[in-house]
Amino acid sequence: MAFEHNQQEARNKILKALENQHTTVMFDDSLENEMILNMGPQHPATHGVLRLLLRLDGETIVAAVPDLGYLHRGYEKLAENMNYHEFIPHTDRLDYLSPLANNVAYVLAVEKLAGIEVPERAQYLRVICAELARLASHLVWIGTMAMDVGAVTVLLWGFREREKIQDIWDLLTGVRFTTSFTRVGGMAQDISGEAIAAIKKFLEELPAALDECENVLARNRIFIDRCEGIGYVSKEDSIAIGLTGPLLRAVGVDHDLRRDAPYLVYDKLDFHVPVYQDGDVLARFYVRTTEMRESIKILWQALDKMPAGSIHTHSPKQVLPRKEKVYGKMEELIHDFMLINFGINPPVGEVYHAIEASKGELGFYIQSKGDGYPWRLKIRSPSFCNIQALPMMLRGGLISDVVAVIGSLDPVMGEADK
Amino acid sequence: MKEKLLNKLNAVSKEAIESVEEFRNELTLVVKKEYLLQIAQILRDDSELQFDSLRDVCGAERFLPGDRFEVIYNLYSIQNTFRLRLKVHLPESDPHIPTVSSIWHAANFPERETYDMYGIIFDNHPDMRRIYMPEEFEYHPLRKDFPLMGIPGSIPLPRK
Repeated sequence: MAFEHNQQEARNKILKALENQHTTVMFDDSLENEMILNMGPQHPATHGVLRLLLRLDGETIVAAVPDLGYLHRGYEKLAENMNYHEFIPHTDRLDYLSPLANNVAYVLAVEKLAGIEVPERAQYLRVICAELARLASHLVWIGTMAMDVGAVTVLLWGFREREKIQDIWDLLTGVRFTTSFTRVGGMAQDISGEAIAAIKKFLEELPAALDECENVLARNRIFIDRCEGIGYVSKEDSIAIGLTGPLLRAVGVDHDLRRDAPYLVYDKLDFHVPVYQDGDVLARFYVRTTEMRESIKILWQALDKMPAGSIHTHSPKQVLPRKEKVYGKMEELIHDFMLINFGINPPVGEVYHAIEASKGELGFYIQSKGDGYPWRLKIRSPSFCNIQALPMMLRGGLISDVVAVIGSLDPVMGEADK
Repeated sequence: MKEKLLNKLNAVSKEAIESVEEFRNELTLVVKKEYLLQIAQILRDDSELQFDSLRDVCGAERFLPGDRFEVIYNLYSIQNTFRLRLKVHLPESDPHIPTVSSIWHAANFPERETYDMYGIIFDNHPDMRRIYMPEEFEYHPLRKDFPLMGIPGSIPLPRK
């Protein structure tokens, strides 16, 4: 009885205090204090091994600290101890959702360093590789992000379409996942008629599948409520924090390396760079879905315009000879031996080459001492730089928004942790 | 663009820029450590230069005689679609450099990575911790004197 009486008294005291507008009432309750929540590294919504430390006030996020390094394999150290060709398979394991784009980015940097210009057919083939990789990566993104906010159907649809791309990669490169398809000065092999037919068939089917995915999301009240106005960053902040790719285009910055610093044959292809202004999760959704349709456009053009001819540069001291010639001809055997054992020996110097990968600017910075091994190789991975913006996007949001924001960021930890 | 850039930076001080290199159409400026922040401020704020985006910071060991380390800043101007590389040489005896994270917030993570990998300390950095390796790790793995196979016992493993 006494307890109830005391409680009643305390309540009256509080109510009296609240009547005076100049009073602030502090509740010292253990449940009202800030709480630290450890999210990941093993969490289905953190897309790999991203670990987030969240400081919560109730359900509101006061601060967030990303913790990286759970997938750190030391690729930059490995690269310094192997020749330029040997590193190509390792690039597959960076952004493992778009291995072909990584292969292309890496050999472009090496070729810039060594001064090799590849034939036009190989350049078109590389465009096809890079755009297929973008489609595959975005298809996984649309599925996983939809699942993060509660729509499991789209996950299955997205993966169904991606499966078709992997079948194409199987025809094109011989493997489904770790492609290692490019070579310094060319490609591993030419594209077959069968692969071209498969790509064309896929491109005909994809728009309908995309419509299906988009309709089920973009007209879905729950999806829009979970995305609209969530994870907002301003234009100035995005540039200052170093966002690139779809995230930057979702805040109204018209920037795309394929158009602004053309590499390969992108300047001969006609495509549109989608830019949205809102800077929230929904804008990133629209940027990526529009981008996929542009990729389809680019792929059609590249298939149409691809000229006949060789896919290898003729430069025996730098480019690996064809295997069938190595087995039968003396000179080729010598060159193969020299290139495998001593490397391509580019001149002393340093280059940086970046491509517009599916996540943003993927660049390789290489310092050469003039011998067969890179002296220093730095991977500028878009996921690493994009994760930096997470605290900014999460602050002030709710804990349920965290998964939506991570989903919209689309980080791949293989690339962020290198 | 190159002339404009050099004129503006030479106005800071005649000795701020140690050398200008061009290789494969890429411009590299080696600047003195004392002038780094001043130059960074101009590069970002000047209305004609507008290097508003810092794409990367990384460290490296140098193979040429002189200082052991260098820090490389990869700058990009979205407005002018122009890329610039800034470099600062650092001696082994004093691997300290002022942070640019107050000018470009993007420098935060890459500078932590450079510290982790090379032991270069960025003064006044808001959060100077290792980023990949565990905090109790004693070495800086990308230095050339760190063996590729690692150092046995440097990372404590769970007991059997």
